[in-house]
Amino acid sequence: MVLLETKELSKYFGGLRALRDLSIEVEAGEIRGVIGPNGAGKTTLFNVISGVYKPSSGSVYFKNERVSAMSPSEIAARGAVRTFQRDAVIHDFSVLRNVAVARHLHTGQTLLKTLFGNIGRLQRQDEEKAEEILEFVGLYDLRHELAANLAHGFQRVLGIAIALATEPVLLMLDEPVAGMNPTETAHMTGVIDKLHKERGMTIMLVEHDMKTVMGICEKITVIDFGEKLAEGPPKEIKNDAKVVEAYLGAEDFVAQR
Amino acid sequence: MGMKLTGFAIVAVIACALPYMVELYQVEVLIILMFNLILAQSYRLVNTTGDWSLSHIVTMGVGAYSSALITKMLGWPFWLSLPLSGCVAGAIGFMIVFPLLRTIGFGFFIGSFALGEFVRLIWVKFHYPFGGPRGLINIPPASIGPFDISDMIVYYFFCLGIAVLSIWIMYRIDRSHIGDTFKAIHTDPTLCETVGIRVPRYRAMAFVIGAFFAGIAGALMAHHQGAIDPHSFEATLMVYLIIFVVVGGVETFWGPILGVIVMTVVFELSRPLEEWRPLIAGAILIFFLVVMPGGLEILVPKAMAILRKVSAIDRLLPKAPV
Repeated sequence: MVLLETKELSKYFGGLRALRDLSIEVEAGEIRGVIGPNGAGKTTLFNVISGVYKPSSGSVYFKNERVSAMSPSEIAARGAVRTFQRDAVIHDFSVLRNVAVARHLHTGQTLLKTLFGNIGRLQRQDEEKAEEILEFVGLYDLRHELAANLAHGFQRVLGIAIALATEPVLLMLDEPVAGMNPTETAHMTGVIDKLHKERGMTIMLVEHDMKTVMGICEKITVIDFGEKLAEGPPKEIKNDAKVVEAYLGAEDFVAQR
Repeated sequence: MGMKLTGFAIVAVIACALPYMVELYQVEVLIILMFNLILAQSYRLVNTTGDWSLSHIVTMGVGAYSSALITKMLGWPFWLSLPLSGCVAGAIGFMIVFPLLRTIGFGFFIGSFALGEFVRLIWVKFHYPFGGPRGLINIPPASIGPFDISDMIVYYFFCLGIAVLSIWIMYRIDRSHIGDTFKAIHTDPTLCETVGIRVPRYRAMAFVIGAFFAGIAGALMAHHQGAIDPHSFEATLMVYLIIFVVVGGVETFWGPILGVIVMTVVFELSRPLEEWRPLIAGAILIFFLVVMPGGLEILVPKAMAILRKVSAIDRLLPKAPV
């Protein structure tokens, strides 16, 4: 089943072409890598899919529903949730509170219940669920720590925990291991792998770090100047002459191996 | 827990004993203190989403005008007009905030001022039913059923009750998921959108709840003064409200309450210098912005730590021989 589909998606910023007639299909349960040189339009693609930008032309379908005119919150409510390249966490909240507030779509705390109900009990329900998620991503022991005090790598993991709190169907990770040391990278790839294998979550991954992408993705889409250059399993992509020339560069490619 | 309860008990005893310990004109000051507590606390609620509004005094005025008109023209009782005027203020608050949801920061600040002035000028322009620049007079004094509660001391306790109830409700909201949502929107609205929070809706919600309580404060004021006019809700008064929250701080729930109480005492002590009040207020505002931008609330944890240290030392000292 096709979960996410972009149809001839284009996005222009003034005269700058960020995406051009990009058509991608992502199957349910797949883990897809999106790679490309700097400025190829990878992050723009995520911003358009998640509703931050409206496409200049073309459309995005999620679960066969056209979502490209919706706001980010409406798209998130349908199950397509993205993370950010930056440390997108609420810095002055504890780790646990970060995840609990992201339970927004599933919390029982409406305004009426806040005024007249037992908010202590509802709050605990949210926190229990948040603890479960933190256990899963390996941040449970840090749950009472202020998010601002976490190391960069842990903040990025927290970013994924926040996204998971919405119970997504499709998780879009924007350079999840950017700027991380090898230990942090290993932790992060472990989490992503577990999400895919244990939870069967559909994951889309934009990444610079070739080893990570080649290691965990089943299928890779290469984009350059906003256009699709190649698509296929990692092995094919590695040996695709066009990709090697346009993106990896022959020398780089050898070094990466 | 025990310390908290003792604290509340002490505050309750002081609040109940205070009107009997001061002179009669100072009871008036205490009543105004109650209006200001509700006003400053509701202003903080609006502010938790990061929006600085300049129309909060006007929404208070909406409550005052509504309650005055409901009791005067419709002849409805005060106990009904009080919550109703809160609802009217909430509705007008929604109309003010709705076009402003597209703006943030400075745009919101100025936009709220413009729309607030728009509402205020309607009161100035329309003699019927708002009374024009002279406003409304002969607003019936507060009463509940057959009981007249307009006596100073009685009205003080009534306002104290309403203030405690309002602050308690706002405290519940602050501690709930909704309160956390407001604060999260302040820090990172983009992140909030991606986890499914409809940011404009929650900003509007904070504004409308704030307007509701400002309206309640306005209604309490209208029936106390017996007369209101558009001048009572000018933007200059907004500056005093901002001073309250700057002096107290807005990070913690108790900051604005601290600010209102401290500033009320300062104004009361400086009563002989009344014509200098704007100057004093300005100096205090600048002092806090420059020297203590966090407000007085940042001193509270420090004071608590010192208190704890002192009591710990007490325990460590050898008991004096009897």
